[in-house]
Amino acid sequence: MKDPILEHAPALASPMVPQPIMIRRAIWETDDTFTLTLDMNDWKGDYAFLPGQFNMVYVHGLGEVAVSISSDPGKRSTLEHTIHRVGLVTTALAQKKKGDYVGLRGPFGSSWPVDVARGKDVCIVSGGIGLAPLRPIIYTMLHHRSDYGRIIVMYGGRSPLDLLYRVELEKWDNNHDIETLVTVDRGDTSWKGYIGVVTTLFNYIKLEARDTIAYVCGPELMMRYTVDELVTRGLPPEQVYLSMERNMKCAIGFCGHCQMGPTFICKEGPVYQLPRIRPLMDKKEL
Amino acid sequence: MEKADLTVVLRQHPFLAGLSDEQMATVLGCASNVHFKDGESAIREGEIANTFYLIRSGRISLQVDVPGKGSLRIGSTGPGEILGWSWLIYPFRWHFSGVAVADTRAIALDGECLRNKCESDPKLGYEMLKRLAQVMERRLEATRIQLLDLYGMSMSENLR
Repeated sequence: MKDPILEHAPALASPMVPQPIMIRRAIWETDDTFTLTLDMNDWKGDYAFLPGQFNMVYVHGLGEVAVSISSDPGKRSTLEHTIHRVGLVTTALAQKKKGDYVGLRGPFGSSWPVDVARGKDVCIVSGGIGLAPLRPIIYTMLHHRSDYGRIIVMYGGRSPLDLLYRVELEKWDNNHDIETLVTVDRGDTSWKGYIGVVTTLFNYIKLEARDTIAYVCGPELMMRYTVDELVTRGLPPEQVYLSMERNMKCAIGFCGHCQMGPTFICKEGPVYQLPRIRPLMDKKEL
Repeated sequence: MEKADLTVVLRQHPFLAGLSDEQMATVLGCASNVHFKDGESAIREGEIANTFYLIRSGRISLQVDVPGKGSLRIGSTGPGEILGWSWLIYPFRWHFSGVAVADTRAIALDGECLRNKCESDPKLGYEMLKRLAQVMERRLEATRIQLLDLYGMSMSENLR
């Protein structure tokens, strides 16, 4: 039986119309987080994304979710989405397997500015699933490693079993391409890394504040503490970028679901320079 | 390690940065160099807290023994940080255990020696207390954030 999404595949030009895309691989990263690798060979038209952008992923008859792209922008034939299973749509996505189809539209939103970091040190701070939207920028920088100074990745998770991309983190660290600092809130006796919130990792690195660009992604509260720590350590706010999250629906700035004060996260965001978004983060009504 | 070398090491540790020469000399009288191999215990829950460690390299994991669950690791301390403040606070007993999870080098300050010197030199005592209070404040704040279980939170997740 033909997949119901395929039956309705139109001539796809509208950003509101999802294209049917086949899942090439589905793997569990943790107990509640999985990665879908999508086959982009069937994508009608050109598809290219920038680090930090997101797609709308559609489950036929159920709904759509906004999901950051977590793969290497240099790879054109596949696309990866790492997804936290939390609600109806993401639970349905979690049940998908190789050969199944999902609807896809995108890419949407602003991206991590990569060029501003050329010749400078890079500090990437992430928490939980926040590492997924930052992974494309790590790949991009590794492709041009000599263009950057130190690359520091700080990553916090709930427990060792909740950490994403552990093999990759170890590989980056072992290759000395990246200084990797990982911490968890709770460890078992097999865990030999740091224990504590991600901001405590700043105690173990020395930042050349004026020559460092920071990229931050994670739960909003974690980002608030992190950007405060970065600024306390001397980073000018305009050298700090963060990715915001709100309930996105249309993804093109029409519906207003993701409005945060004067900005639509789906269109002007999700990536913002700190001075633009910090005042809004302090408003509890938003 | 010679005392002269130890002075250099002490001066390099962030916890003691900015102490006067006289205060540094007083602290030096209580100091010795220690090394913990990976897996070795530095402090043990319930035992008398008679040492204050300034970590130079490596990592110490703080853990608590939970009946039926074994040891749970609840914190860690690394280069530039300290291990233990129970040497200063009555009843001078460790509330947690500390185990090296990597080869670790530290300066061990004799807790009783330092306590007595802080009693007899209130200026030094106040200086040490101010520094420890800063560490405690930072750890309390970090623990409060930890309790929020941040990584379970997401703005839009319940809508997906």
